Amino acid sequence: MLNIQGFETIVNKTYDVPYMERTRLYYEAQGYSEPYLWAHFATTPFSALQKPLSESTVSLITTAMPDTEQGRSERKLYSSLSTPAPESMYTLGLSWHDTVTHTRDTGSFLPIEPLLVVQDEGGIGSLAPRFHSVPTAYSQRQTLEEDAPELLERLQEDQADVALLVPL
Amino acid sequence: MDIIEHVGVPRYLHTDFPLGNPLGNPFDRDMQLIHTSMALELLRSASEANTIQRSPYSWDGDPGWRDDYSKVTNENRAELAQAGEARRALQSEMKKLNPRQLIPNP
Repeated sequence: MLNIQGFETIVNKTYDVPYMERTRLYYEAQGYSEPYLWAHFATTPFSALQKPLSESTVSLITTAMPDTEQGRSERKLYSSLSTPAPESMYTLGLSWHDTVTHTRDTGSFLPIEPLLVVQDEGGIGSLAPRFHSVPTAYSQRQTLEEDAPELLERLQEDQADVALLVPL
Repeated sequence: MDIIEHVGVPRYLHTDFPLGNPLGNPFDRDMQLIHTSMALELLRSASEANTIQRSPYSWDGDPGWRDDYSKVTNENRAELAQAGEARRALQSEMKKLNPRQLIPNP
């Protein structure tokens, strides 16, 4: 006899979505025979904070693009003013779960307002004057040799002490 | 989580939400602030690479969302194959014009 309660438990089971496997099967269904080769650090880098967060400039990095004519037409590294916080960002074509949710609320992926609250409370020194959009390139070479070094330069220009990457 | 663990990151706050809403439910400012604060606390407290923390909060939408992401079924397999053909044709054209042109994800 079917245990209805048990069936509901199975259907609504909480688990970590296996994105790598899902992506592999999805691309395979599209006719791509070679699975994507994900980047991997043999040794993950780590830097301890050099000063208290309350004295630190925090920079924000997103994978959403600016909602401008250029941002909608070309994926590349962009730097935008942190304030005022943008009312919208361009997210079409990025691999977020568009069949169950939306990105109309930038607060759900771009924490400018919360960081300003924390700044006002003294939890961080300041929010950096710019936030940065990084493209989600399939090419690891592009990310490692082009976008990441350029992003680091911009973070240093902003005198950022720490950076928060909040990918969609 | 699987991608994070495979790639390796210095510090990671995992939030159990659909991709697109990493800070929490849309328009839930309290939750978005909580997650931002948790991320900052992780910055403070982590002492080694690959430090992972999980948020205790979950998405308030359909709990079946996890099953839905990039789902391949018998019903959509033919459509996906066609989409793949179209995408490869577009990629071929784009490469000729500008490698950085926007190519929609599948």
